[in-house]
Amino acid sequence: MTGTPTGTPTGTPTGTPTDTLHELAAKQAALGEVRGAPGPDPVNAPMIRHWLTAMGDANPLYLEQGLAPPAMAQVWTMDAPRDRSPVDDVLAALDAAGYTGVVATDCRQTYHRYARLGERLTPATRFTDLAGPKRTALGVGFFATWNVTWYDADDRPVTEMLFRVLKFRPPEVAQPYPLQPVVNQDTAFFWEGAKRGELRIQRCGDCGALRHPPGPMCPACRSTARTHAVATGRGTLYSYVVHHHPPVPGRETPFVVGVVELPEGVRIVGNVVDCPVEEVEVGMPLRVTFRPMDDRLVLPLWTPEEA
Amino acid sequence: MTSETLPELAIDLTPTLIISTALATRDFTPVHHDTALARAQGSKDVFLNILTTMGLVQRFVTDWAGPRAVVERIDVRLGVPAYAGDRLTFGGTVTSREGGRVTVRVRGRVSLGDHATGTVTLKEDGRC
Repeated sequence: MTGTPTGTPTGTPTGTPTDTLHELAAKQAALGEVRGAPGPDPVNAPMIRHWLTAMGDANPLYLEQGLAPPAMAQVWTMDAPRDRSPVDDVLAALDAAGYTGVVATDCRQTYHRYARLGERLTPATRFTDLAGPKRTALGVGFFATWNVTWYDADDRPVTEMLFRVLKFRPPEVAQPYPLQPVVNQDTAFFWEGAKRGELRIQRCGDCGALRHPPGPMCPACRSTARTHAVATGRGTLYSYVVHHHPPVPGRETPFVVGVVELPEGVRIVGNVVDCPVEEVEVGMPLRVTFRPMDDRLVLPLWTPEEA
Repeated sequence: MTSETLPELAIDLTPTLIISTALATRDFTPVHHDTALARAQGSKDVFLNILTTMGLVQRFVTDWAGPRAVVERIDVRLGVPAYAGDRLTFGGTVTSREGGRVTVRVRGRVSLGDHATGTVTLKEDGRC
């Protein structure tokens, strides 16, 4: 409909209902720990040396003792073939529900012991929790938490990790409304008024006559002194056209362009909205409504006055 | 309780550091090595991956604790991204020291704010 604000950020979740997401999360959590593929390479000195060099870590312990730096835990299985883990289905469902943004929030690792050269580690993933929807600085989202445990050849845990991400709905970026008025010294007061919810009509600074559209000189007394009045915001439809064609950027056709007669004595052009086109008629009472079209522009539009 | 403070560790986040650590942690996600792609996705630049953040927290604490220390636990809350061109400065305080087990409160800051905050627990002279 004409005059509907575009690109308004939506704060409420739509699409997959929250209940469905929580049901899926509970189902995935009930799967318990799901084993992944073992790391493709055993814990080895070249990868440790590479890691230490890149980190700038000069601790001699690791290569002297044949041990892996504990924070390397996840590295050993990064190249493992990825089977679908219980986490993937939850993240995919969140994506499908519009929570496409992702940011990691917590990483907690417990090291039962340091991994040794030559051993091969196998990860196992357990989905633990889905919390939300919650309002965050990034947008509305869900916190998804899972645990990964890396096991040695004897099935004993070497490292455990808790990982939490925020899956959020990115706020929509408002597109600028394509039809922008030319704002100049004569008209700035009108558009500033619209932003404040005031329908401002230019008034001659000398004789007090109201005039619209705004201009530099009073047509009655030719004074260039000017001020403005704030209209009541009521009016009646003096004349109108229904625009079907050609298409207008930022608008859906058909829309109504009306000339509205104000009780203050001037006429003003504006769209008639919130009313089926076939119900628009000359003489109908209207009330001004101020609609934000984008971050900068507020348009005064006209809706049918409630009886 | 003791108010022992760890020596600060300031790391210049050069593109080389960001990229080489991402690859050393086997993380080939493009936002950690492809500047143009990172920018196209709305990031300021390439940024540290989480496995590296964990590694640098470990390094910060073991640089101070020495090679005899054994790290038992690293808990990190992740904050703002650590972009190439920024500087990551770690500070830490010992919050408890009991029976050879030390807990250190760690904070890693970049120009945008806290990149990582958390605690590291280690044994001062442990068996790995």
